[in-house]
Amino acid sequence: MEGILQVFLRPQFPGLLLTHVELSALAVALATLVALPVALAVRNSPLGTAIAVNAGNVGRAVPSLALLALALPFLGFGFAPSLVALTALAVPPILINATTGLREVSGEVVDAARGMGLSEAQILRDIQLPMAAPVVFAGVRTSAVQVVASATLATFIGGGGLGNLIVEGFQRGDEAILLAGAISVAALAVATEALFGALERALTPKGLRLARRRRTK
Amino acid sequence: MEPAPASLALLQRLEPGIMDWAWVRENFAEDILPALVGHIYLSGVSLAIALAVSLPTGVLVARYRKAYPPVVFLAGLLFTIPSLALFAILVTIPGVGIGPNAVIIALVAYSILVLVRNTVAGLDSVPPETIDAARGMGLTPRQILFKVELPLALPVIVAGVRIATVTVIGIATIGAYIAGGGLGQLIFDGIDRLFPTMIIAGAALATALAVAADVGLLLLERRLRPWARRAGGSGR
Repeated sequence: MEGILQVFLRPQFPGLLLTHVELSALAVALATLVALPVALAVRNSPLGTAIAVNAGNVGRAVPSLALLALALPFLGFGFAPSLVALTALAVPPILINATTGLREVSGEVVDAARGMGLSEAQILRDIQLPMAAPVVFAGVRTSAVQVVASATLATFIGGGGLGNLIVEGFQRGDEAILLAGAISVAALAVATEALFGALERALTPKGLRLARRRRTK
Repeated sequence: MEPAPASLALLQRLEPGIMDWAWVRENFAEDILPALVGHIYLSGVSLAIALAVSLPTGVLVARYRKAYPPVVFLAGLLFTIPSLALFAILVTIPGVGIGPNAVIIALVAYSILVLVRNTVAGLDSVPPETIDAARGMGLTPRQILFKVELPLALPVIVAGVRIATVTVIGIATIGAYIAGGGLGQLIFDGIDRLFPTMIIAGAALATALAVAADVGLLLLERRLRPWARRAGGSGR
């Protein structure tokens, strides 16, 4: 126990944690920048939606270690190759949820808005985006938790992060270092899940929340 | 940004062509095939155990609803823990240690959330009228469960099996780090030796296996939905 605490108090520990958070946050941000425009572009096309969702499903099946390891022969060791691989890993859940979320905003609601004289831009901004927001954000949350977990593997291609501690623990046969790495990564993942869960609730429009509560009664 | 010396050495190796096909031919029977078979074995055993645990648990918590939230919370918490961290914790437990057993324990743990959740959702999706009708026909609760509820819940359960399978195949690659074997062994050996062919062979096969399992189970899931089949017209 004391050994584990000592690892947390090492001067390098904050740096490892920071790299881990940086890698994860940048990957999710970049993936959102890639996935959201695609989802918006295909929102009125059933074929485009089907292609995006299927591509997302195949992408989600790709093992995270496979993606990270593949970055190595093509991009080399380090932070940037890890970031590229983690971004690729972060795209599918956001793409799937954003596409289906925007698609699920029911036709009648959009029709009613159109009948009220709203422009397409207004419909997107005032109707489709707010109603799809919880689903879209659920995708970002799934993606974020997955990326924080996979960023642990960045250590294998020299990307740094808390995975370094786990590898060091294994290599030196030191249980304290091993467990310190494992506990900190697990805590970071659980904290990410909790944070994004809270954000998701905050992002759900009040009307939707009320409607959902009424439906479950 | 200056490339690290290791990257330079690696990129120079890449010049003549990324894949060393001669290596693949020479080592197919000795390295590649056993890794693939080992991977399928690890994933299969883990899924079988996970199903054996999750199906009864799902049926039970679907009946005793009070048990559902804590079970899902616990399984969800387990699911959130990154696999490398879970492996690291497991190997420090006396009696577990490194090797395939630790990997199988972790893979079972990861599968339980999806499998229990989908079993319960599947049972919930059975219309109460159907159960009433079965009861009216004189079926015992046991018969209702096995002949009515579980068959009707099957598509949702298979959907869970599909997610669990893809997850397990992916995480099993990481298990090679704690001597679990499988395709991850090729990947880690390739990284250690800076030998792209091994990395690509392991990564490509793991991806192909996961995608194949995903598509295969998706087709099975569709087949199991009689209403979808009816809508499709021709049946089989």
